[in-house]
Amino acid sequence: MMEYLYAFLVGGLLCAIGQVLIDYTKLTPARILVAYVVAGVILGGIGLYEPLVEFAGAGATVPLTGFGYLLSKGVKEAVAEKGLLGAMTGGLTAAAAGITAAVVFGFLVALIFKPKDKSV
Amino acid sequence: MNITPNEYNEMAKKASPGTKSYKTIPAAFLVGGLICTLGQLLNNVYMDAGMSKDTASTVTSITLIFAAALLTGLNLYNKIAKFAGAGTLVPITGFSNGVVSPALEFKSEGYVLGLGAKLFVIAGPVIVYGITASAVYGVILYLFKLY
Amino acid sequence: MSQRISKDTILLTNAPSILASAAVVGKKEGEGPLARHFDIIYDDTTLGEETWEKSESKMQKSAVEKALEKANLSSSEIQLLFAGDLLNQCISSSYGLRDFDIPFYGLYGACSTMTESLGLASLFADNGLLDYGVAVTSSHFCSAERQFRLPLEYGGQRPPTSQWTVTGSGAAIVGQSGKPPYVRGVTIGKIIDMGIKDINNMGAAMAPAAHNTIKTFLQDTNTRPEDYDLILTGDLGKVGSDLLIDLLKHDQIDLSGVHQDCGKLIYDLEAQDVHAGGSGCGCCASVLCSYILKRIQEGVLHNVLVIATGALMSTTSFQQGESIPGIAHLVYLSDSKGS
Repeated sequence: MMEYLYAFLVGGLLCAIGQVLIDYTKLTPARILVAYVVAGVILGGIGLYEPLVEFAGAGATVPLTGFGYLLSKGVKEAVAEKGLLGAMTGGLTAAAAGITAAVVFGFLVALIFKPKDKSV
Repeated sequence: MNITPNEYNEMAKKASPGTKSYKTIPAAFLVGGLICTLGQLLNNVYMDAGMSKDTASTVTSITLIFAAALLTGLNLYNKIAKFAGAGTLVPITGFSNGVVSPALEFKSEGYVLGLGAKLFVIAGPVIVYGITASAVYGVILYLFKLY
Repeated sequence: MSQRISKDTILLTNAPSILASAAVVGKKEGEGPLARHFDIIYDDTTLGEETWEKSESKMQKSAVEKALEKANLSSSEIQLLFAGDLLNQCISSSYGLRDFDIPFYGLYGACSTMTESLGLASLFADNGLLDYGVAVTSSHFCSAERQFRLPLEYGGQRPPTSQWTVTGSGAAIVGQSGKPPYVRGVTIGKIIDMGIKDINNMGAAMAPAAHNTIKTFLQDTNTRPEDYDLILTGDLGKVGSDLLIDLLKHDQIDLSGVHQDCGKLIYDLEAQDVHAGGSGCGCCASVLCSYILKRIQEGVLHNVLVIATGALMSTTSFQQGESIPGIAHLVYLSDSKGS
């Protein structure tokens, strides 16, 4: 049960930080997303994100910092395996499922549904 | 007018109500936390079904992306987001919403340059900076033999 | 002949009239406090069209048709259209009005376009250059949101200073009829930029323009706010209205007793969750062409200043980090021709 609590707390905290950025800085949502992913790559790279994932599970992998962490993890493994080429292949390979899912589901949903007026 | 732009900017700041952070931050915490808890639940279910840790994590992401895409199509995601703010922006579901919403909205400009191109309006920068950062990290790893 | 009394202000000595007007709005506006004054309320804001741009065009067309019907005129009797909207290259107006076969001036003054078009039509009428002209503008929440902000389905929060684009259109037919409401004067606004950069705070960006125009008109005509029953701004919303009152206070002009804002009138700000109020070309157009003109006809309001305010930025200038210039055009309406 504790793992759910940790996931909730860490995930919630990462989102609350995002809200602070929205409320108190001029950062737009798009910039915040970019910042989260890059922060994930850096934190993953210097080895700080791994312990957070161990501790909080989905609380650390579901937020977009987790996406950045995934990229850095993929690169690290690929560089170990293929050398410099790994720097080019590792990130996208690790993120392939997420990006493909978003593109394909995005495409399908956009095909099927009609835009609606959210003002009514 | 004897008021300078600087003075006016101060006046405007004073006249503009701020965001009610005592509401928005807890809401972001709550909804963001719940989405992650759901992720943990899915992850555990997939692992119980025999998937490896990495596979379960990947399938969890796909499931959440699918759910958010569907909710976006049903015009529900923005209703939750209105309350949750960063709580629905920061999780991977926000990335999905960022892909689906422009694709759906700009379908009227055609399937290639409308749907196809605009799909990346919000998600594109995330991918560009994420991948570039990871490649830079890979080169650093290689140069300093950190792997 | 119109008489120019200063660099900015022209008095219309032949006092052209607004023969008829019509306002058509969307569902949300039709649920607001002014609902019973509107001519048509479209509960389906697509108006049966495939794209939001077409919906807005159709809405603008229907406002003109309704106004013609109320004036008992056919479109062939109209000599000139003055029209504008918020979309790139003013497509709502040009596509909405292309079937009318009437000479057409397309205008862009952002949300100030209603008084810009009404002012120009009145100047033409005052100088005998037209018998009947139409001033019309529109905005649509969905087409504006798509162009200026984010996709409609994108999840996000609006800050408290943000304003809600009105889905609506208003059309006024101007000519010589000898019946009120008369257009007695116009003040043409100057571009005023006080360095506001926040795209979610249009009211603050436009308030200095309204301040400048109102102050200029009062000075030029040697009148005071108390000489008018109503001084109505277009879409400053709550934040911009407060700032306007404040700015005028610095000039020892007290507007608080007679000031109203279309953006605050059209919605119930709290209950309808529109934050600082309504905005868009359709905001001033639909409020002016229904409630306000009606009240002047009825003799409830005698002398009214209408100042529609516009923010003259584009998505490009905004992304390049430019500040937001504002503009405000004034039209002086009255139930008497004056001396």
